[in-house]
Amino acid sequence: MKSLKRHYALMILGAVLLLLPLVLPNNYYYDIAIRMAINAIIVLGLNLLIGFAGQISLGHAGFVGIGAYASAILPTYFGWHPILAMAAGSAIASAIAAIVARPIFRLKGHYLAMATLGLGMIIAMVIKNEGTYTGGPDGMSVAALGLMGFEISGEKQWYWVLAATLVFSFWAARNLIDSPFGRALRALHGSEVASQVMGVDVVRYKVAIFVLSAFFASLMGSVTAHYIGFVTPNIADFFHSIELVTMVVIGGMASIYGSLIGAVLLTALPQALSTFEGWETVAFGSILMLSMIFMPKGLVPTLAARFRRNERDDL
Amino acid sequence: MALLEVDNLSKVFGGVTAVQNVSFAVDRGLVYSVIGPNGAGKTTLFNLITGIYTPTTGDIRLDGQSIAGTAPHALALKGMARTFQNLQICMNMTALENVMVGAHLQLDRNLVKAMLRFPGIARRDDRLKDEARELMGFVGLTSYWNRAASSMPYGALKRLEIARALAAKPQILFLDEPAAGLNSKETAEIDELVRKVADNDVTVVLVEHDMKMVMNISDRILVLDYGKKLTEGTAKEVRENPDVIAAYLGSSV
Repeated sequence: MKSLKRHYALMILGAVLLLLPLVLPNNYYYDIAIRMAINAIIVLGLNLLIGFAGQISLGHAGFVGIGAYASAILPTYFGWHPILAMAAGSAIASAIAAIVARPIFRLKGHYLAMATLGLGMIIAMVIKNEGTYTGGPDGMSVAALGLMGFEISGEKQWYWVLAATLVFSFWAARNLIDSPFGRALRALHGSEVASQVMGVDVVRYKVAIFVLSAFFASLMGSVTAHYIGFVTPNIADFFHSIELVTMVVIGGMASIYGSLIGAVLLTALPQALSTFEGWETVAFGSILMLSMIFMPKGLVPTLAARFRRNERDDL
Repeated sequence: MALLEVDNLSKVFGGVTAVQNVSFAVDRGLVYSVIGPNGAGKTTLFNLITGIYTPTTGDIRLDGQSIAGTAPHALALKGMARTFQNLQICMNMTALENVMVGAHLQLDRNLVKAMLRFPGIARRDDRLKDEARELMGFVGLTSYWNRAASSMPYGALKRLEIARALAAKPQILFLDEPAAGLNSKETAEIDELVRKVADNDVTVVLVEHDMKMVMNISDRILVLDYGKKLTEGTAKEVRENPDVIAAYLGSSV
């Protein structure tokens, strides 16, 4: 019973994902749903870092780019199996994250933001300039993702792949937050010195969560590359990083389902605003500003606080 | 052998010597207090021993092993716990979760196992919840167990820090001004609590300004002034020491 209650929100998510195809009229809407799911998984990982552990990364699109280009380059030029390439991309992204994290996480606040920003920019620059393999600013096409003779193609198939991945990710994130590891992450956010004194090796935890979020970002980069069938350096650029952080903040920091809502809204908003012809950027910016002024804690925590008081605030 | 031995410890910040050649030893099972006027170096001494600062010179031994310069999280593993003069409560968590953080080192902290929610992790956490509630009862916070830490009054947070430290099952507990900012009734309750902790075989090292409390509960007292050790002894010895009276009230000459 207790475990059912823990996953109440997850069951709703599962039900919505199951029923959604009944109301999605055409592939355009499937496409939006798929992009929402991809963003939600990246944002979830980033929220573990930003919202729960209280750190920041302004370069996370770099990791998305690593995954995307690993899936593009390794099968095309070296004949790797796409699944192997995907794994290699995630391994490379995790390794880079682990190597740079130790020195970077000695920094705090603005300095940490600058360092992660630089990291993201370096990755984006390498992708743009190594034209021999990456195709430079023009990008390159990506082979289809096949698994044991079965090829994932078309929006409907991708939808189910991502729906399953999404449910799994949210289940795993909830578990992580409800574990001693997750508690240590939140504790070092609350008071670094207190958590150290209680035995939390804070640098190790910061590194671990940075690596985990880089791993998921890279994995979703690979998925994006295979789904669209084409990658450009934009996937790794600064604006994409900022977009991801904005999703975390709008949805709600330290809120698992805030990550989902943030990703869904900010993926849908540009589409919805396209009727404003020419003014959509202004409308987009205004909505972001207003929501931060009136809901600085983000959508989900603000709404949750309306319904309940004095309970845990990390739903 | 004494549980904690501090040997010629010094800490220099730029041109300021905050702690200068301080030596003392704390025997197992005692309540040992460190007193002194404001700025005497009491908190610096605590920060040196608990690994927040690295000593400039000198040595600290716990159970005969040198621990000078060891990181705080490694000291926790050796059975050291502390509270803070300026509260260090995780305000983003509930009271109970704060206490549960104290038990961090007794738990399975594996990331992958946590994500896949291995049954052992969930079971241990459930048991820990009960233990943490019990500890909150021990420090007199039964009614607060489900509260967000950010919604608790100051006096309750002071006790919450003690409960969190006790959750680590320490062999030595450093309390940095546990009664600071409390009224006399609350101070008396903290006094009683410290005694209860000491009765549970936890060695307590205490920094405190409330002299009534210090004189009441301390087995031995170390007096610091301007970073130096002024004297050390029982409550009676310290009270009658002319140097101590001079440091607190000013000398007659």
